[in-house]
Amino acid sequence: MGSERREEVLIKGSRISGTGTRGSSSCRQTQDEVGEEQPLRKQPQGRYRQHRYASLYLMTLDLCVYSDDSWEEAARVPGITLTFHYCYWNPKSQHLKSLLAGTGAAVRESHTKHLQPDALTPSRRDVLVLTPWLAPIVWEGTFDIDLLNAQFKLQNATVGLTVFAVKNYMSFLELFLRSAEKYFMAGHRVNYYIFTDQPELVPRLPLHSGRRVIVLRTQSHERWQDISMQRMGAISQGARQRFLQEVDYLVCADVDIEFRDHVGVEILSSLFGTIHPDFTAVSRYSFSNERRPESQAYIPEDEGDFYYIGAFFGGSVPEVYRLTEACHQAIMIDKANHLEAIWQEESHLNKYLLYHKPTKLLSPEYMCDNDLLKDMQHQKKLGLSNIVRRIRIFALLKNKEVKSGNASQKVQSTDGQ
Amino acid sequence: MDGRGEREWRGPRSWAVVPFAESDRLNSCSSRRLRGGLARTVLPRFEHQQSRVLGTLLVPRKAERRTLWTHRLGTTLGKTSPSAGTRPKPVLSTGNRCPLQPLLLGLLFVLVFFGYGFLSSRRPMPGGVGVRPSVAVGDPDGRPVVALSRMLYPQPKALTPSRSDVLVLTPWLAPIVWEGTFSPEILDEQFRLQNVTVGLTVFAVKKYVAFLQLFLETAEQHFMVGHRVTYYVFTDRPADVPRVPLREGRRLAVLAVRSHARWQDVSMHRMETISRFSEQRFRHEVDYLVCVDVDMKFRDHVGVEILSPLFGTLHPGFYRADRQAFTYERRPQSQAYIPPDEGDFYYLGGFFGGSVAEVQRLTSACHQAMVLDKANGIEAVWHDESHLNKYLLYHKPTKVLSPEYLWDQQLLGWPSVMKKLRFVAVPKNHKEMRSP
Repeated sequence: MGSERREEVLIKGSRISGTGTRGSSSCRQTQDEVGEEQPLRKQPQGRYRQHRYASLYLMTLDLCVYSDDSWEEAARVPGITLTFHYCYWNPKSQHLKSLLAGTGAAVRESHTKHLQPDALTPSRRDVLVLTPWLAPIVWEGTFDIDLLNAQFKLQNATVGLTVFAVKNYMSFLELFLRSAEKYFMAGHRVNYYIFTDQPELVPRLPLHSGRRVIVLRTQSHERWQDISMQRMGAISQGARQRFLQEVDYLVCADVDIEFRDHVGVEILSSLFGTIHPDFTAVSRYSFSNERRPESQAYIPEDEGDFYYIGAFFGGSVPEVYRLTEACHQAIMIDKANHLEAIWQEESHLNKYLLYHKPTKLLSPEYMCDNDLLKDMQHQKKLGLSNIVRRIRIFALLKNKEVKSGNASQKVQSTDGQ
Repeated sequence: MDGRGEREWRGPRSWAVVPFAESDRLNSCSSRRLRGGLARTVLPRFEHQQSRVLGTLLVPRKAERRTLWTHRLGTTLGKTSPSAGTRPKPVLSTGNRCPLQPLLLGLLFVLVFFGYGFLSSRRPMPGGVGVRPSVAVGDPDGRPVVALSRMLYPQPKALTPSRSDVLVLTPWLAPIVWEGTFSPEILDEQFRLQNVTVGLTVFAVKKYVAFLQLFLETAEQHFMVGHRVTYYVFTDRPADVPRVPLREGRRLAVLAVRSHARWQDVSMHRMETISRFSEQRFRHEVDYLVCVDVDMKFRDHVGVEILSPLFGTLHPGFYRADRQAFTYERRPQSQAYIPPDEGDFYYLGGFFGGSVAEVQRLTSACHQAMVLDKANGIEAVWHDESHLNKYLLYHKPTKVLSPEYLWDQQLLGWPSVMKKLRFVAVPKNHKEMRSP
């Protein structure tokens, strides 16, 4: 979904770069290409066209002028024209694109066809879509992905996806990457950060354009709980060292998941967490929070908004850095006191998100498991509609300790429908 | 992350390659990283002869493009060439042909080629140079997430919508603020911890000064209580501004403006004034700006739940209407034109706001659009409101306020969907008020 979305703003760059004729050596050729340009969904406004043709005309002028001169100057021409073409037609050139689109870039192209929102009709009647601190809860039906994609494109941002594949969890990596290629932020720029202790085993999958894989070495531990908890420290360190310069948003995911449906820019925000599917309709007294006051992750029973799952959270790089650093510090303090929170870093995550309210929440569509699936099938049989209308991310392992020794068998995509 | 870095962070950064001409926005750009960096080295100022070469390679700003065009045309045709000879000289050539020149130019070419490639993959910077879209995707509040302390309140229920009769989330995931959707305690705590200051601008020109007493008194009771507030009262009669006792942390600034003969002009010049003062003054003094009409009074809580990088308010007369019925400007000659098949909501000209940067962008854009319209001899059907709607259609607000935030009880009564009427029109005699 959305993988065919090109830069719909008025540069033809994507088409030219697609055919590999970027930086054509003669401006005359480019003129021809422009001549046969197909109108985009909406005709470019008069002034956009002016800019483009003006600059092409200028280049022709250059050519005519220079060809009169001595060979020294004529030799400069291809260089200049090449540079101009490269700079001008470079689809990554957001600056130019925005200039062409006018100051305060518009989202015009995807506008015409989307339905008018009705102020007196809720988008969802069966679920809460807005927290008391006015953070949206992302459910199917609440958002228009075309609008959000168009807005996001104007930012020219990159999303980082971190995943830890340590020891026998390597076997999940291929399915993770393959499904992410299909469903995760399709059409946008993505950096996969794969933390692993076996870099040579990282599968080499073909990636769409604008996406790349960065393999980072990390240490492994004896106990899976330690492996799980050290992720916080590793992400905060990675954020400090490189993520801040390379990406705008970070999404931190478990590796034993599969993307099964669209997961896109609707999730992005300063700080987001995902509602644990088993605790959607559960009272805060029954949340599996850490209840020992000695632990840093302690949450009293009369506090708590939602129970967030540790397998999928994220936000802008500085916010994720703050979160992971805080959790890491808390884990270290607990360790020094010979404590381990009941659900390891998930408990610390919940503590953090209780007192640092996330700016967006993701519904359980973004982390389903077998139990939820069975519930949904049961509901279907009873003829009741489901609150979870799409299964976007599926957790393949229910509880890690069950499978800690045994994940060496090939993991196949289970079709639970 | 030092404190300064945290304070400056406004959410995911957006693209801003520094163009080779300086822009005002650079000055307000919280990060100065690109200044003096590679961009400035490779892209020298436009006027310099050498740089004109590069000026052709990278698209200059709109204003300067005309200069480039005419200059190059002139040069080519030999009319205005500075080193006029018998035949037109290309801009490239300088007086003396030194043997190093091809080498230098080759080097320049390489620098530009790779420099530009390098720059385009550079991380975008905050406070973009006017090409940045309004706000980051899904960023309801561009400020850092603050740490709250223990609070007791009922648990939000994921399977129970807060309102079942209205839309509370726009398709671009901006909250629509209705009563029942938010908890004032949590929001107050969040904003108090950030120590925000809110500026409230109001224009009381000519006879409208009469509304100020009630406006300010009720604002003291209901508007942003517990937070720091600065009232900016723009008036042409400073002596007539009433002295209303203010709570702690709140102050009033009276700013003199000129009046206009026509009330339409008074209304439209608000945009220009706000934009000018945002640049000069507001950005140093307040975090958020709220711009409202003066012939109103506060009846109920209007608090920090409205604050967001950019917000508009649903017009009470049109929240039920189809987009074809919206009173957008429908003449294509106007800058405020919106075709009949476009439009999300009809926003009010009398209640909008956001962060100072965003309000400045909005008011500046509307003002420029109005200037263009005037030059073309056209005036939008609802003046500044039409231009506001055009802007908010293409720069989606990050929060939308329900009609509770601007209501006219005389005209519209009190429907059941309105749980609270927060900010209501004061009955007035239009003819009398608008006469000189």
